Amino acid sequence: MSSSNEATVSGPPHAHHWDPVTAYHGSKLGMWLFLATEILLFGVLFTAFAIFRYLYMEEFHHASQYLDWKMGAINTAVLIFSSFTAVLGVDAAQHGDNKKTFRWLCVTVACGFIFLIVKYLEYSHKAHIGLFPFIECNDHAQFCWDSVEFKNEFKMYFGLYYCMTMLHALHVIIGMGILTWALLKAKKNRYSTDYYTPVEMGALYWHLVDLIWIYLFPLLYLVD
Amino acid sequence: MSAHADGDDKNYLNCETTLWSWISTVDHKRIGLMYLFTITAFFIVGGLAALTFRIELFSSGAQFLTPDQYNVLFTLHGAIMIFLFIVPGIPATMGNFLLPLMIGAKDVAFPRLNLLSYYIYVVGAAMALIAIFNPFDYILSGFSAEQAFNPADTGWTFYAPYSVKSGSAVVWMTGAAFVLGFSSILTGLNFIVTVHKLRCPGMTWNRLPVFVWALYATSVIQTLATPVVGMTLVLLIMERVMGVGIFDPSMGGDPVLYEHFFWFYSHPVVYIMVLPAFGVVGEIIPVFSRKPIFGYKMVVYASVAIAAVGFLVWAHHMFTSGISDWTAIYFSVATFGVAIPTAVKVFNWVSTMYKGSISFETPMLYAMAFIFLFMVAGTTGVYLATLAVDVYYHDTYFVVAHFHYTIQGGAVIGLIAALHFWFPKISGKMYNEPVAKLAWFLVFVGFNLTFLPQFVLGMEGMPRRYFDYLPEFQPMHRLSTIGSFINGFGYTFALLNLLYAAVFGRVKAPRNPYNSLSLEWKTASPPSHHNFDEDPEVDDYPYAYGTPVEGGGHH
Ligand SMILES: [Cu+2]
Repeated sequence: MSSSNEATVSGPPHAHHWDPVTAYHGSKLGMWLFLATEILLFGVLFTAFAIFRYLYMEEFHHASQYLDWKMGAINTAVLIFSSFTAVLGVDAAQHGDNKKTFRWLCVTVACGFIFLIVKYLEYSHKAHIGLFPFIECNDHAQFCWDSVEFKNEFKMYFGLYYCMTMLHALHVIIGMGILTWALLKAKKNRYSTDYYTPVEMGALYWHLVDLIWIYLFPLLYLVD
Repeated sequence: MSAHADGDDKNYLNCETTLWSWISTVDHKRIGLMYLFTITAFFIVGGLAALTFRIELFSSGAQFLTPDQYNVLFTLHGAIMIFLFIVPGIPATMGNFLLPLMIGAKDVAFPRLNLLSYYIYVVGAAMALIAIFNPFDYILSGFSAEQAFNPADTGWTFYAPYSVKSGSAVVWMTGAAFVLGFSSILTGLNFIVTVHKLRCPGMTWNRLPVFVWALYATSVIQTLATPVVGMTLVLLIMERVMGVGIFDPSMGGDPVLYEHFFWFYSHPVVYIMVLPAFGVVGEIIPVFSRKPIFGYKMVVYASVAIAAVGFLVWAHHMFTSGISDWTAIYFSVATFGVAIPTAVKVFNWVSTMYKGSISFETPMLYAMAFIFLFMVAGTTGVYLATLAVDVYYHDTYFVVAHFHYTIQGGAVIGLIAALHFWFPKISGKMYNEPVAKLAWFLVFVGFNLTFLPQFVLGMEGMPRRYFDYLPEFQPMHRLSTIGSFINGFGYTFALLNLLYAAVFGRVKAPRNPYNSLSLEWKTASPPSHHNFDEDPEVDDYPYAYGTPVEGGGHH
């Protein structure tokens, strides 16, 4: 074969050396494996939460009342809706409709923004009443994170709450990044009935982000 | 194969020679080499740390280190050797180089992700270096002399609650381990997809080389165990930053929970290190015995079984940590279970050699050393899995010796064996055989001289990680220190010999210097950028040497 000679002349060509069908199935397998690692990542936090909730039932119950379940419910609705729009985006891409793909993915990313804004409002309220690490204690606040009076188990609940929700928020941001990359390709009319891998991978990831929140919401907000 | 002579062609090494062509490469062979040089550098650093504290331990009483410096050195030795050297070890170097070649593919499934894994590794390594020198405490304290040297000192296990209270370098070191874990996950994921999707025509699962099977099993562990330790280390960092108290008993937390999370990864990680070495040995022994591998399917199933059972035994590290009796009994029995597939492998290697036509080239010598050392490791592992015995041996030099027989005698010897075996393919040159054999001898003798006395020390009650010891222990400690230097010289000779041959060597390697049947030997040495001149195809497993044994089980 002459391919090695070509290589010497023009330097190594690259990247897409496998056929599109294999590439699609390969990417899909890779994404599912990655989602498995994500579930294990959160699994550690869920396990820790389960153990300490069992040990400190009452404290966890008490602490959870400082979360606003309405805010959590709004975010749950927003994410479920965004999963729905992501599916519509995939469907449009599979039909080669780049315009619709672009539109639905934009809606999905916008939902991500709404989620983050609500989360920010929640965090800043916590900071206001002193239920937040990294802030100085002051007289107006109801609690003080670093004070001795701040009960340890109470701290444990909020420690886990921040670990879980911050890690989740990070995943929302990453998911928005992937979807933005996918929708920019739609803008350039890259998708056809044969090629829509980025949209599908982005949507898979987004579903996982959604799914994890669906577990976090009742766990954290609806303890009783 | 082809009309033109081997070696005159452009190959993956010289098709492009600029620095940029290396650091931006997506060629799995070049990425494998980049990993190889990087991890070798850390192997040297970790080794020097070990030799330094072996000098300190040469005599009873304080010598030239302070106890704090000693703590730092064994932490660096452990953390560097584990996270920076041996976990990426064989998969990232030899695996990257060989996996696509052995299954007849042009590259791994995601070449760019592969390069990204390498750079994530580099970021992790940089964080580890920061942990070693830890300049921030020094700067933030206004250059106070007390803070001038303040690296991580917790041991590579980062046990809470000490790791929550020790210096800030722990955050960097655990952060490094987290980032390195991410690199490991991506490599594992890449390999799994590669094996599933990129096998060449005729390469069925029953014809995969055992090294590929071993890499596959390893990748599964890498992908499924690493996230757990990653998150655990993040929790540790959160604990330090936010003062949550999850692992702090004085705040209602549970340090044993840390140990559970940590060992849930760190037991399987032993198989990440050693399974690829099993694969290497499984490739070498049939070639130099000129006999079909004995019980191919059993070898393969044993790899997968070890990977699976390895997930269910983690708390055998915690028999003295205050877990319940029933938990301890379960984990003890389950750990005995690991011995079964491991022994199956040993029997298969030995049976492959039985009545074979054995030639004792350097790779074969390393493979045989591996079998011997790993048997010692496995047998002493059963001691440690036994509850009553472990209460006595726990945290003694017995554990240290067992662990080093497993990881150095297993994984490192496996890597060195692989380096010699595939050296002609990687570099296109042949190395000096007598020097390589001498180096092998030094490694083997030095290794045993280092760690056999440590079994004795452990039985006599010498605890691990101690800066000082009773004078009675001195003779064994001296033997161990002398052995460690012989061992170090052995590795130095072996690596310099290979490096010299690669750079200055005159003897060009043929395509297939050992008349091996597996696919990577069918292409040029070194391979072209595209791996194969013609698209490869296979119609048998690669171990049909001599007269095929009836019921060899490869069809
Ligand atoms: Cu273990």
